[in-house]
Formats: sequence, C-alpha cells, structure tokens
Amino acid sequence: MAQDDHSGTELAAADSSHAETVPAVKTGTALIQSDAFENPGFPPHRPRVTDEDPKKEKRAQRTVYTLFYLSILGSIWAIAAYMLFPMEGNDVGDVRLNNLFIGLGAALALLGIGFGAVHWAKAVMTDVEIADERHKVGGNVVAREGAVKVFQDADRESGFTRRAAIRNSLIGALLVFPLPAVVLFRGLAPQDENPVELLSHTMWKAGTRLTLDPSGVPIKAADVTIGSAFHVIPEGLSELHHGKLEEKAKAAVLLMRLNPDELNELPDRASWSYDGIVAYSKICTHVGCPVALYEQHTHHLLCPCHQSQFDVANHCEVIFGPAARPLPQLPIMVDDEGYLVAQSDFTEPVGPSFWERH
Amino acid sequence: MSTATTQTPQRRTFTAAASNYIDERTSVSTFVKELGRKAFPDHWSFLLGEVALFSFLVILITGTFLTFFFQASMAEVEYEGSYVPLKGVEMSVAMASTLDISFDIRGGLFVRQMHHWAALMFVAAIGLHMLRIFFTGAFRKPRELNWVIGFVMFILAMGEGFTGYSLPDDLLSGNGLRIIDGMIKGIPLIGTWTSFLLFGGEFPGTEIVGRLYTLHILLLPVILLALIALHLMFVVVHKHTQYAAPGRTQQNAVGPPILPVYAAKAGGFFFLVFGVLALIASLFTINPIWNYGPYDPSPVSAGTQPDWYIGFADGALRLIPPGWEFVLFDRTWSFNILVPLVGLGLFIATVLIYPFIEAWVTGDKREHHIVDRPRNAPTRTAIGAAGVTFYAVLWAAASSDIIATHFKLTMEGVIHSLQALLFIGPIVAYFVAKRVCIALQKKDREIVLHGYESGRIVKLPGGEFIEVHQPLDEYDRWKLVSYESYQPLMIRPNARGKITVGQRLRAGMSRWFFEDRIAPVTKGELEAAHHEHH
Ligand code: HEM
Ligand code: FES
Repeated sequence: MAQDDHSGTELAAADSSHAETVPAVKTGTALIQSDAFENPGFPPHRPRVTDEDPKKEKRAQRTVYTLFYLSILGSIWAIAAYMLFPMEGNDVGDVRLNNLFIGLGAALALLGIGFGAVHWAKAVMTDVEIADERHKVGGNVVAREGAVKVFQDADRESGFTRRAAIRNSLIGALLVFPLPAVVLFRGLAPQDENPVELLSHTMWKAGTRLTLDPSGVPIKAADVTIGSAFHVIPEGLSELHHGKLEEKAKAAVLLMRLNPDELNELPDRASWSYDGIVAYSKICTHVGCPVALYEQHTHHLLCPCHQSQFDVANHCEVIFGPAARPLPQLPIMVDDEGYLVAQSDFTEPVGPSFWERH
Repeated sequence: MSTATTQTPQRRTFTAAASNYIDERTSVSTFVKELGRKAFPDHWSFLLGEVALFSFLVILITGTFLTFFFQASMAEVEYEGSYVPLKGVEMSVAMASTLDISFDIRGGLFVRQMHHWAALMFVAAIGLHMLRIFFTGAFRKPRELNWVIGFVMFILAMGEGFTGYSLPDDLLSGNGLRIIDGMIKGIPLIGTWTSFLLFGGEFPGTEIVGRLYTLHILLLPVILLALIALHLMFVVVHKHTQYAAPGRTQQNAVGPPILPVYAAKAGGFFFLVFGVLALIASLFTINPIWNYGPYDPSPVSAGTQPDWYIGFADGALRLIPPGWEFVLFDRTWSFNILVPLVGLGLFIATVLIYPFIEAWVTGDKREHHIVDRPRNAPTRTAIGAAGVTFYAVLWAAASSDIIATHFKLTMEGVIHSLQALLFIGPIVAYFVAKRVCIALQKKDREIVLHGYESGRIVKLPGGEFIEVHQPLDEYDRWKLVSYESYQPLMIRPNARGKITVGQRLRAGMSRWFFEDRIAPVTKGELEAAHHEHH
C-alpha cells in the first residue's frame, strides 16, 4: 500500500552521515552505526548431563519408554471406562463418572505420547543446532526476467492487450456472471413477506386476554396486587403450532401494578392503564433481549444483556444504558369478566430499532 | 518412509523398498531432502502459534465426531432423553440432539466439552501468538502478508466460535443470536433485510441453526484450512524468525533440524495440547446447556456471559451512553449500534494494516529476520500496550454487571468508570510502556558499559567502598547491543521543490515514533567507559 519505492530518495534521515554505508536495499531511517559491535559467532557448544553421564542418559531413555507405555495404559483404561461406566440410568452422576474416566484415560494416553516425545527430543536426541543460510525472498533477477517474459509471450500470443474488444467483453462477462447467483440468495427469506410489515405488528389485538407465561392462564385485574409483576403472553400463543417463538419474540409483555399516585402517565396514554396496572413490551429496545428484571421498590426494569434501565413510573423511559427508546406500552383494559385484555396492538413496532422504523 | 531415504541401497529392508516404491511414484525424496534438515529456530514464544494450530486440529477431530450425532434442525420435539428435569419439555431437535450427545452417548459429553475447550484455547492462542508477532516486530518485511492472513484467521476463528456456540439452540445461544439480530437490524439501509434473509423470515425462525451449521462445519473450516496452509507455506518460504543471539544473523536461521528434533518436539507438543484439553474436558464442565434449557425469547438470567472472545464486542455495546439514536429523513439511525460496529471495525482495520504503516514510517525496505526485543522498539511496544488496554477495557465492560455485584458497586459507577477508562487507559498505558521500555534500554546500556552488579563490595586502597561490576562476555553483550534504532525523518523538498502533505505526515509520524530513542552501545563507547574506570 503506502510503500512507494521512491520515498527514500525524497526523504532523507535527519542524520545521513552514514549514507555511504547504505547497501543496495533501502534502509529508510535506520541508524547504522559505523563502530557497532560485530557478531561474535556461535558460542562453544555445552554438553548436557545426558551427553556426559551414561547413567543419566540411560535414565532418560527409560523415562521416555515408560511414558510411551503409560500412554498405552491410558488408552486401555479409556476403553475399559467406556464399558465400566455406562450411563443407562437416569442419573447425572453416571454421566459425570463416564466423562471423568474416559477423559482421564484419554488424557493419559495423549500426555504420555506428548511428554515422551518431547523428553526424547530434549534429553536423548543430539542437541546440536544447525544454521541454514537464508536467501532473499524475492526471486533473483533471472527468475523475474523469465517471469516477465512468460507474461509478455502469453500476451503476444493471445493478444490480450492488443485485442481490446475481446478482453473487455470477457471482463464484462466475468463481472456479470455471478449476479444470478447473488439473486438466488433472495430465496433465503420468504418471497411474499415484507420484514417491515411483519415487524410492525404483533399478536395483540383489541380484546386479546393477557395470560401468564408460559401456562396461558388469563389474568384477572383483581389478582394483580400492588408491587407485583407478571410475565405475560397473549391468549392463544401457547396453542400456536407455527411461529410460536416468532410471535413470542414480539408479543412478550411485562405487567406491573404500581400505586396510581406513583404512576406518571402521559396525558394521551392516561387511558392505557387500569388502576395502576400497566403493560409494557418485554423486548428491549436496544438489541432485543428480554427485559426480565423488575426492581419493585424503584419501579425500574433492568435488561440483563447490556444493563439498560427503564423507569416504569415514567412511561418506561430510559434512565441508563445503551437503549435509546422507552419500552412500548400495550394499552390495556378490563373485560366484562374482570380479565385484563389489550385495547389494541402496540402502537409502534416493539424490540430493536431498524432502519425503516419511524 | 523419510528415515529410509538415507539408508544405503544394498540393504533391501522393507522400509527401503517401501520408500523406493513411493518415491518412484511421488518424487517425495526431493521434498524430504529439501525440508528434512532445515533448521527451525526455537523459543518458548514460538510455541503459541503451535498451540493455535494444534488446538485447531483437536477441534477438527472432535467436531467431526460431533457431526455424527448432532442434528442441525429447529423442528420442535418433546425431549425424551435421559436428563430427567427436561423430560417432556418442548425444544428444537438441535437442542435435543446436543442433550443426547451429553447424556445418552457415552463419551459424548467428553468430546463435546473437549470441542468447546479447544475452541476457547484456539482463539486465545491465536490472540497471544499475534501479540508475540506484534511486540517482536516479526510482521516486518517480508512477513507483512502473513500478518494479514493470521489476523483474518483470528476474525474467522471468532466467527467459528460464535456459530458453534449458537448451534445447540439453548437459551444462551438463542440470546446471543437475538443480540446479533438486533445489531444487524440497526445497520442503516440494509439491516432489516439482512436480518430477514439471515434468519429466513422473522427472528428466530426455523432456519438459522441449519444455516450456521453450514458455515460452522463447511465454509469457515475450509477457508480456515486454506489460510492455515498458506500461512505455513509462507513460514517455510520466509523461514522462521529468530531472536538475536551470538552467531545468528539476518542471513541465517539457527535451530535444531526439523528431522528429528523439531519434529519430535512439535509432534510431542501436539499430543501435549491434545492431552491437556482432554484433561480439562474430563474435569471441568463447559456450557451446561441442560441448566439453561431450550431457547425462549422471554426468560433470561442475569450474569450470563458469552464465550470470552466475544466479550469485547458485547462490552462495546454496553459502554454507549443512553439516547444515541435519531430519526432523520424519516429513517432510524441507531448510533448506539453503529458506533460500536464502526469503532471496532476501525480498531480491527488498524491492527490489520499496522505493518504497512510502520514500514511506511521507517522507509526500511530490508528483510528482517531477527526479531526485536519489545523494549528496543519503544513506540511500537507502547502502541501495542495501548491497543491491549483498549481491548481489555471493552472486555471488562462485558462483565460490568458481574463487576458491580461482586464488588458491591453501582452499575452506573462501573459503566462510567469504564467509559472514562476506555479513553484514558490506552493513553496511560502508552506512556507507561514507553517509559518502561526506555528505562530498560538504559539499563541494558549500563550493563554493557559497566557490567553486571555482582553484589560484592570491596574497599579501595583510598578507603572508599565500591561494588564490583562483573563485565559481560562478548556473547552476552551481543544480545544487548545487536539492535538498530531509527532516526526521525527530516522533511526535504522533492524533485519539484515541493513538500507534500504525505511527507509532512510521514515526518510527523516518524518524529512520534523515533524522537525518544536509545541507541545501542558502540565499541567506541565501551572503550571510553573502560578508560574512565582505570
Ligand atoms: C475453529 C473452528 C471451530 C470452533 C472455534 C468451534 C467452536 C464450537 C463451539 C463453541 C461449539 C458449541 C459447543 C457446545 O455445545 O458447547 C461448537 C459446536 C459444534 N461444532 Fe464446532 N468449532 C469449530 C470447528 C468445527 C468443525 C470443523 C466441525 C466439524 C467438522 C465442528 C462441529 C461442531 C458441531 C457438530 C457442533 C454442535 C454440537 C454441540 O453443540 O455439541 N466444529 N463448535
Ligand atoms: S438488549 Fe437490552 S440493553 Fe442491550
């Protein structure tokens, strides 16, 4: 990228007194000292104890093969454990034992080989180091010229540069041919549905009863005592055969009853609650986790994912955390039998923000 | 086969015959002769890359075993397996088959836990390996491209981890996907549709596990394998770097030969990594999905954590202050999601191109095969320390709730401190690291000039006490003096007498990098120091 090959000529190091020592390859601003120390060369080789003491060497060899034998033992142990620790009962303890003993056997089998081989290499094998010469990574001049010639010949023989019409049309074709494949991926999602439409509606309708999650038992207003909170799903959700989780991911609601004095409602939403009972979407407006933690004495809802906090007493506005919007409120009322029902669907999309939302 | 190639042809042993058979059909002897006795430099920090490679192999082995039992389907079933507390609970086939792997297939839990532990170790090892490369400057020419490949693998590894984590379709993995869904939806213009296509309809849908499965066991592993092959091929082409030591130069590679010592050590090391993972998997539970239950959009428990390597992204989401979302031109702009995404993207991009930036600043076009001690490149080390601190703060932020409850602090206090720390921390780390490096360099100079402090005090004839300094031998000295420093760049007009913006920038960066520098001791200086003593 930024490695222009001429930069070194235009820009010189502040101290260029060593210019004469600069070799063919640019050193940039490296400071090459003229009286730097020279590499003293390899130090004399120091023998290990196993090189000098035949007894120690014998012992090292013994260690190595003992480790390899231990490994065999470990493998056999693991196989035996497979049979000796069945998990046919419904007991979690059996699973633990099976896991433990197969695992320990396998670990011994593997570690035996590992330690054995490494010890062999370190203590028994010859430990002299060797030095390989390095060569410049780039090909030499001859190779490069050869490569250039190959390309030139190929170009001449094919007319790639000369026959511009052929070349350009080929490039065009190559650019366009993957497009159908891209289009095919439209099939990843259903053809006849629009996400914006889907995200704007939930299962809640006028008259849908609020029921307990997950039992589906309807809730009477009288049963909601001050300070309590209920996890709520719309009536009929548990019976759905298709799309249950998708609906639940939008329709989950938290129901709370506050002392009506403590409830500060927006004027146009005064009719959305019933005697201090309010229902709010449980799906966080940040990125969609369930806002599942209710702190009764502060009336704060806390999202466990990124700690956004919503103030139920103040129409669930955000008081802390990365969420930006209040939780949407579900307008509720009480039906003839005293059950809590929705007045309508949510009046805005629930859950995380999306581009088309406004 | 390879050992036999050195045998004399007269003794027609079986190995010799077999080797001959193979060589006449593959020409493999050229390869063995070329590579078998290559020197492979050795150092403990070079093992980090091997840990990564070997844990990947363990992942491949255990993952393949898991594919025989795991079923990537989101069809709803009633759980009928052995784990009593979940009997009769509705869940996806994916979750049920993962429970079966854990409770009904002997050794299944062991392999599953080994797969997960290996995944954690894999990402950790790549990360540490990358830090080793960074702090020793091993990314310099000719290895810049290998840095890029390695870093791409780091990102892919996180992708592998995330897709794998999502497969069992338990409560936590579903929640992770919910967060991904929410983040994707926050992307301007394409977000809503991207999420819709990814999930095959509305979240969570019934497609995502199957799709992630294809990514997890086919696409990503194949790409990773190809990159690993390329990465290792480059290591062979470049030959391994080495630390400065007597006898080692830019023109040689010094170490034990690949056959037999290096092969035995590395091969043994593979079994050690494998064995340690087996040991961990047999002793420690990981991802006990049976405690979490199947995915349901409604419940979630506090204090749940993603796998460690996702933490930094989660932390970035948490540190955004309230209200960063606006409706503009009738569209929603979710800066609470965009800022972390773009911020992390820039961070990642900077790391990715760092080698090119440094090469541009130094203008150095030579090959570098001797790696730096971190102290000898103070600015680079300081930049690295700042980057690590930035990452660490984000990572800590992912545990903000746990920090708050554990240390009895307020959530607000923890978040606000971390927000401040995200900006102040890297700056402090930068200056501290730089000062420490320079102090260490000065100490090195002291040692070269005046020797080690021996701890022995003697009384001079004049009555004063001095500590005897032990001079260094030339081998020890070489390790301390064999580095180069760079000078700041001076701006000079180009051929047309102009000073371009690029030059100014480069000169500025160069000053930033190399203004404070400690040059190694030269022969003349050592001589002068000796005269002083006598
Ligand atoms: C770098 C690569 C990989 C990483 C980081 C990784 C990570 C993971 C993780 C974290 C899980 C969740 C395990 C759990 O339930 O606790 C998982 C599941 C799984 N992985 Fe991988 N994996 C990788 C490669 C592979 C490969 C190559 C295969 C197959 C050849 C594979 C097959 C599976 C299967 C079948 C599951 C689901 C079974 C289960 O959840 O227990 N993985 N992976
Ligand atoms: S999803 Fe609720 S704070 Fe992020």
